[in-house]
Order: sequence, then structure tokens, then C-alpha cells
Amino acid sequence: MSYPKGTIVRNSTLTLVNHWITGLCFVLLTLSGLAMFHPVFFWLSNLFGSGQWMRALHPWLGVCLIVSFLGLFIQFWRDNLWNRDDVEWAKSLDKVLDNREEEVPPVGRFNAGQKAVFWGMALIIPVLFVTGILIWEVYFGDATSIETQRVAVLIHSMAAIGAILIWITHVYAALWVKGSMRAMLHGWVTPGWAHRHHRKWFRSLVASGSPGPTPDSTAKFRD
Amino acid sequence: MADLQSQDYIRRSATNLTPPSVRHHELEVAKLIDVSRCIGCKACQSACMEWNNLRPEMEEFQGAYENPHDLNPGTWTLMRFAEYEDEQGNLEWLIRKDGCMHCEDPGCLKACPAPGAIVQYANGIVDFISENCIGCGYCVKGCPFNIPRISAQDHKSYKCTLCSDRVGVGLEPACVKTCPTGAIMFGSKDDMKDWAGERIAELKERGFQNAGLYDPPEVGGTHVMYVLHHADKPSLYSGLPDKPHISALVGAWKGFLKPVALAGLAFAAVGAFVHSIVAGPNETTEADEAHARLEMEKAKRNGSAES
Ligand code: HEM
Ligand code: SF4
Ligand code: SF4
Repeated sequence: MSYPKGTIVRNSTLTLVNHWITGLCFVLLTLSGLAMFHPVFFWLSNLFGSGQWMRALHPWLGVCLIVSFLGLFIQFWRDNLWNRDDVEWAKSLDKVLDNREEEVPPVGRFNAGQKAVFWGMALIIPVLFVTGILIWEVYFGDATSIETQRVAVLIHSMAAIGAILIWITHVYAALWVKGSMRAMLHGWVTPGWAHRHHRKWFRSLVASGSPGPTPDSTAKFRD
Repeated sequence: MADLQSQDYIRRSATNLTPPSVRHHELEVAKLIDVSRCIGCKACQSACMEWNNLRPEMEEFQGAYENPHDLNPGTWTLMRFAEYEDEQGNLEWLIRKDGCMHCEDPGCLKACPAPGAIVQYANGIVDFISENCIGCGYCVKGCPFNIPRISAQDHKSYKCTLCSDRVGVGLEPACVKTCPTGAIMFGSKDDMKDWAGERIAELKERGFQNAGLYDPPEVGGTHVMYVLHHADKPSLYSGLPDKPHISALVGAWKGFLKPVALAGLAFAAVGAFVHSIVAGPNETTEADEAHARLEMEKAKRNGSAES
């Protein structure tokens, strides 16, 4: 991938592709899942051809999701480890929400909000996977007791609502903080964006002379 | 199976507003299975297959009288055999015709996510409308009697229809018609209760003190009822539930969670919208770019100074 002059690489091409596969799976899972969750959403089943098609497709999309999310997890977990900066950042959440980011303590590649989204998904998606397998009628309908499946479907639906709430936050944040979408669509951000939102990350790149996304990325700054 | 008109529905799965039932004069029906008269001949099982054109797969012999060994998508009613030694040391052979109980408050219908895949008619019959079924298996989780079975061939759920197609045109169910001992009766629910009362009195005279009617109130009563010699212990009859009820888990899933989840999702969406109006976008400014440029140039100067 080529980047405009003087920009910083926020995400590798692999990350971009991996992210959007995950996102597509998640959105389709949400649409099909909600259709089965509540009658007001059942019309969404038409997007999948029919209710039968939707029911058949959903668990397979789930399998794609967990594989794809594992890829994201491997690429992101290190930069999402919790540290002291996150506590300071979280304490200034009111300023963050008010767009007064100049007054917010600097953070690394991800802020506490992004880390919460990451770990929330990293917890919930495996739960959805395990409970989803238990209620996969075609292959596992006879594998466990009906009582187990009752527990599983209740947890699956609650976990799904949790995941969708996190997803709404995630999508809104991406739309709210201008430049984020470009970071995930084309992979780059401007130095000012990095300085404003992720100053410690920005400084680690500047200090190491790396173009991003991590200080140990080898190539030197292009200018 | 028979899709009577929607005017006949009193309940419809995954439907927020069931169309008002305008056929008020419909009598509630019931099938009464008098276990004390059943000889286990399985004529009803055969009649069910014949009327409904079902030919379940041949199975291996499992060492028991049940044949096949369980309900399946092609076996909507099954004779179950239990050997019971009573207090006097007598062996009793308790034979029960298993199948859908046509609950007044059907757990299958409550759990079903597909609009109109499960309906209840004004006469009380709970019917699966297969063309609307998506094959998710939720009805299996909703049912307190472990009745529905999903076909591996067409991925649709099947169970006894109480011969809704026959009842709809004034005939009795096929099993009732065929029973050689009169152990299965069909009529209005009130008549069946009266008839059961007479039978229970007879059984009590014969020494079955605990004889009684199985019409469990926990599911609002059923439209298939049993006369049992041991009505105090229904579970003797191959695990007929003593107190069948829709699982609290299903209640939480289909009752509590649905509105709460909807409210939560709406709250999040509205919250995001309000924030976007109140706070507006978070833009990177020219000042941010200037700060960044300064730091980068400084780093470069230091770097070239070092080398
Ligand atoms: C990760 C792997 C997943 C697997 C294996 C899976 C599997 C399943 C299965 C088997 C069902 C029952 C319906 C059917 O057979 O299609 C189901 C229902 C559902 N799924 Fe998933 N799923 C997964 C992920 C997700 C995700 C990510 C979401 C949305 C965030 C989701 C939301 C739902 C919802 C809302 C339902 C309906 C629950 C209800 O009826 O209350 N699932 N899932
Ligand atoms: S016995 Fe089960 S399948 Fe039959 S009406 Fe009751 S809940 Fe539905
Ligand atoms: S399998 Fe069919 S009848 Fe059973 S709950 Fe799912 S859609 Fe309804």
C-alpha cells in the first residue's frame, strides 16, 4: 500500500483487510441475530433470502468471525495492555467527550476507551462462539441436554446485546473522531491526528524514526 | 399442518399483535387418553403415520417395547412402556401414549422466533405452520414436555397436530378413530373432563385411590389429558413431568430480556446521536499539525546531530 507524503501508518494492510472481514461478519451476525431475537427485527431475514437461509448462515458467519477476530487479537493485544496512562485518561473522560483533548493526559497507540472495546469483544466473542455452538441445531442439537441449550441461548442473546452495545460505541467513536475512518480504510493518519489523539504513540514513532504502526517497524520516516 | 384462517388464531408466534379472533363460538376441544384402558397395541401410532403420510426411518432394536425408541420428525406419537412395582409388590405395566399435549400456554410458541410458524386456534389446538418455520430449534427449548423434533431433511419442526385438518372438518383425530379399546376419546374439553371424572370414580372403586386427571395447571391446562391410575406420581409413566412448566430460563429469554435489550439498544443509539449534536465532531486542527511538525523536525535535527 502506498501512503501520501508525510503521513503516519496507523494500520498495516493486513490489519485493514482483517478488520473489515471481522466487521462484515459482525454486521451480518447482528442483522441475522436480531431478526431471531425480536419480532420487530424479523423482516431483516429477507436480507438473507429467507428465514431458513438466515438460520443456516448465521452460525457459519460466527465461525468466520471467531477466526477473523483471532487474527485481530494477535495483531492488537500487545498495544491494548492496560497501563497507568489509561487510568489518567479515563479520569478525564468528561474532557474527552467534550472534545477538549488538549487537556487530556497523553496515551499510547490506544486509549482506555479503545482498550475497553477491544477487551470487551475479546471476552464476548468467545462466549458467543461457545454458546452458539451449543445451540447449533443442525450439528449439535442432540449433543447437549435441552436444559443446557436453554442456558446457552439465554447467555448467547445477552452476550449478543452486550456486543452490539460495544459495537455501537465503537462505530460512533470512529465517526466522531475525524480521521479515524481513514486510518482503518486507507491505513494512514496525519502527524497532527497522531499528536492529538495518541501522543505517546506518536512520540515513540518519532523517536524511533519508524513510519508506524509500531516503533519497531523497520522503514525510516518518509518525508 | 392445516392452515385454518387467521380469524381462528388466538396465539401466533413472534407476533406482537395477534389478529383478533372473530370466531368466538369455537368450543375448546380435548383428547382424553385413558391410560388404564390402553393395551399398548400401537394402533394409534400406525394410524397417525398413515393419516399424516409419515414413514420414519427403520431403527435398530433397542431392547425395549418402544418402537422407534423416541419421538422423531416422522413419529408424532409414541407408546412408551414402563414397568412399575407397586406397594403391594404387584408389577404394573404403565403404557403411555406420548406426544404433544397442546398446552393452553404453549412454551414452543413462546420461544419461536418466526412469525406465524406456531399458532394456536380458538379450539385450543397448537399447530406448526411449516412454511413459516426456519428450523432454529427454539420450540424444543420452549417445550416443557420435550416434544418437537427438527427434521434433518427439510430443517423444519414436527409434532402432533391433533389432526387439526380432520378436526377442522368435524372429524376426530386419526388415533381416536382407530383405538380398539376406546382408550382415546375426543370432544369438547368440558365433556372430556366429565367423562374423565366418571372413569376416575370407577378406578377409585377398583382400589386406585390416587387415580386422577392429568391437566397440568402450570401450563394453563392441556388439550390432551390423561386419566392416570397414579395421578399423584405422573413421572412413573415414562417421565411424564410432575409439574410441567415453561422453564424460567425461557421466561427470562423471551419475557424480560427482549424489552430490556431493545431499550438498551435504543438508548445507545439515541445517546450517540445526542452526543454528536451536543459535542460535535472531534477534528484535528491546524494547531495539532503544527505541534506535530515541530516535534518531528526537532527529532530529525537531534538525529542528524547524533550521526
Ligand atoms: C461467534 C460465533 C457465533 C455462533 C457459532 C453463533 C451461533 C448462533 C446460533 C446457532 C443461533 C441460533 C439460530 C441459528 O441456528 O442460526 C444464534 C442466534 C443468535 N445469535 Fe449467534 N452466533 C455467533 C455469534 C453471534 C454474534 C457476533 C452476534 C451478534 C452480536 C450474534 C447474535 C445472535 C442473536 C441475537 C441470536 C438470536 C438469539 C435469540 O433468539 O434470542 N451471534 N447464534
Ligand atoms: S407439549 Fe410442547 S410442543 Fe406441544 S403445545 Fe405444549 S409446548 Fe408446544
Ligand atoms: S424450529 Fe420452527 S417452529 Fe420451532 S421455534 Fe424455530 S421456527 Fe419456530
